[in-house]
Amino acid sequence: MVEKRREWTLNAVLAIALFAVPLAALWLDEPFYITLATRVAILALAGVGLNIALGLGGMVSFGHAAYFGIGGYVAGILAHHAFSGQPLFLGLSGSNQMLVIWAVAMAISALAALVIGALSLRTSGIFFIMITLAFAQMIFYFALSWPAYGGEDGLPIFLRNQFPGLNTMRGWEMFVLSYAVLMLALALFAMLRGARFGAALMAIRQNPARAAAVGISPFGIKLTAFVISGMITGLAGAMMAELTRFVSPAMMTWQMSGELIVIIILGGVGRLFGPVAGAGILVAFEVLFGGLTEHWQFFLGLVLLGVVLFARGGLIGLLAGRERHG
Amino acid sequence: MSLALILEQLLNGVQFGLMLFLMAAGLTLVFGVMGLINLAHGSLFMIGAFVCAAVAGVAGSFWVGLVAGLAAAAAAGALIEILVIRRLYGRDHLDQVLATFALILILSEGVRMIFGPFPLYLSVPDALRGTLDLGVVEYSRYRLALIGFGIATAIGLWLLIARTRLGIRIRAGESDREMIAALGVNIRVLYTVVFALGAALAGMAGALVGAIQSVQVGMGEPVLILAFVVIVIGGIGSIKGAMVGALMVGVIDTMGRFLLPRAFALVLEPAQATGVGAALASMLIYVLMALVLVLRPKGLFPAHG
Repeated sequence: MVEKRREWTLNAVLAIALFAVPLAALWLDEPFYITLATRVAILALAGVGLNIALGLGGMVSFGHAAYFGIGGYVAGILAHHAFSGQPLFLGLSGSNQMLVIWAVAMAISALAALVIGALSLRTSGIFFIMITLAFAQMIFYFALSWPAYGGEDGLPIFLRNQFPGLNTMRGWEMFVLSYAVLMLALALFAMLRGARFGAALMAIRQNPARAAAVGISPFGIKLTAFVISGMITGLAGAMMAELTRFVSPAMMTWQMSGELIVIIILGGVGRLFGPVAGAGILVAFEVLFGGLTEHWQFFLGLVLLGVVLFARGGLIGLLAGRERHG
Repeated sequence: MSLALILEQLLNGVQFGLMLFLMAAGLTLVFGVMGLINLAHGSLFMIGAFVCAAVAGVAGSFWVGLVAGLAAAAAAGALIEILVIRRLYGRDHLDQVLATFALILILSEGVRMIFGPFPLYLSVPDALRGTLDLGVVEYSRYRLALIGFGIATAIGLWLLIARTRLGIRIRAGESDREMIAALGVNIRVLYTVVFALGAALAGMAGALVGAIQSVQVGMGEPVLILAFVVIVIGGIGSIKGAMVGALMVGVIDTMGRFLLPRAFALVLEPAQATGVGAALASMLIYVLMALVLVLRPKGLFPAHG
């Protein structure tokens, strides 16, 4: 009970800190830190997506950058067509409305996750890792060599798309929007974890044979979780494209997939606020050490190795104790 | 499109496939014996290429460089096994993925610190420059030598595993590690040797391929991911599967990139056909992988049952 309370306190601190830092930056007129906090919020959102598959379902997907990139490309392509006025296909036009773009981004990443998940979940363990990595690489190469939308050079979004009632070109308003979406996704994660669905998913992770014996079909539940997971990561990709106003195949590299896993591990696997803590640590590390040395990834590697070998459970595990079941 | 051109592409595919085999064989061996997924295998490929290029530059001989690259990769492999990998055998796959991902970051930046940010160039040895007349086609001597190297290594590996005492221990380690430990085999040393062997194969592939592409940080990971595709197709833990999968991936990928743009040129305008053909060709081997997964989820030659 004490540990549970400590985790809630920590979650509240993280939620408040993520809001307070850019607020202070707004007051001090330091727009750089507002953008940085928005980046943390969006990366954390992508992490929340992966946390459903990896944390709750135990599915180690090394290919979530694919959904991140697909979401990004949906935003880029729809905005591109809205800007140029050319129809997309079948007379459909592009869009510069974030809500429309998000819906399409989520639908298409969910579809991709459905196909990739249905194929990859025929296997498990080490095979699953290699296959998700390979399929993400396929989509990466496709984006790289498909000439219509910039190929290797990527695709710029000239004007940030619109959200009713907000001026998204202002850094602060973009942050508030990203923060709100992150909080909604965290609420969804908590809801899923508390629901029968989450219980079934975690039961399958811990003991598939026993779960099957009490009448839970692993495949359907895992696939559903995988699709929801890809969908949320896809939404994060669309928002990241808005933030940077640029999409390129770089969003779907295997390094990006690795980074998403790192975010979850640094924060704590399966913990509600794990991705928030992890994204915060990663971005802070990048800014602090990136400013000191161009070889900052060397030190990131050392820290990561230390966490895996000696501090399993991540930051939240370290501060709030390990989860009882897990 | 002449027969000679097709034959040349086919040989390119075989050569590519054999280099993939060198990577995949090490990966699948390490998985088969130790149950470990090693993402840093691509870094060993890179180390082999860098050390070969650097030593060849100083010594003036490709062959000295090749031996040095192979030795450096094997030594790096043994060191990594003793310092890090050894602690991961009992851990779950997520820990293995993460620790070896961390190793990629460390080794890539380490190589960049030592050799600088620019690519190195490794030239083909003098004896293997130019082409050889094969009757139908003039083909690069060096690439032919790579094919020869690949086949020789595959035979050597097979002999090692099927005919030597070390091979018996490796096979025993695959089927029952507790039993061979109980029979008095020093399993820790065996693991280090197997890991170093896989590293040497990767380093050799890196050094050999380094002469026909630029030697740069990050060169290993695309090959690593292709080697994963090979293993998924061939069946994990199986050397035979790695060979068949590697040749399939090498030939289909090369031929796809050669033929698809030409096929699309029959129905589309040239510029468009090149783009569409290239994009679809890059997906071909993954489609093959998906097909194998649907038909044979454990790969074409599953090692255990």
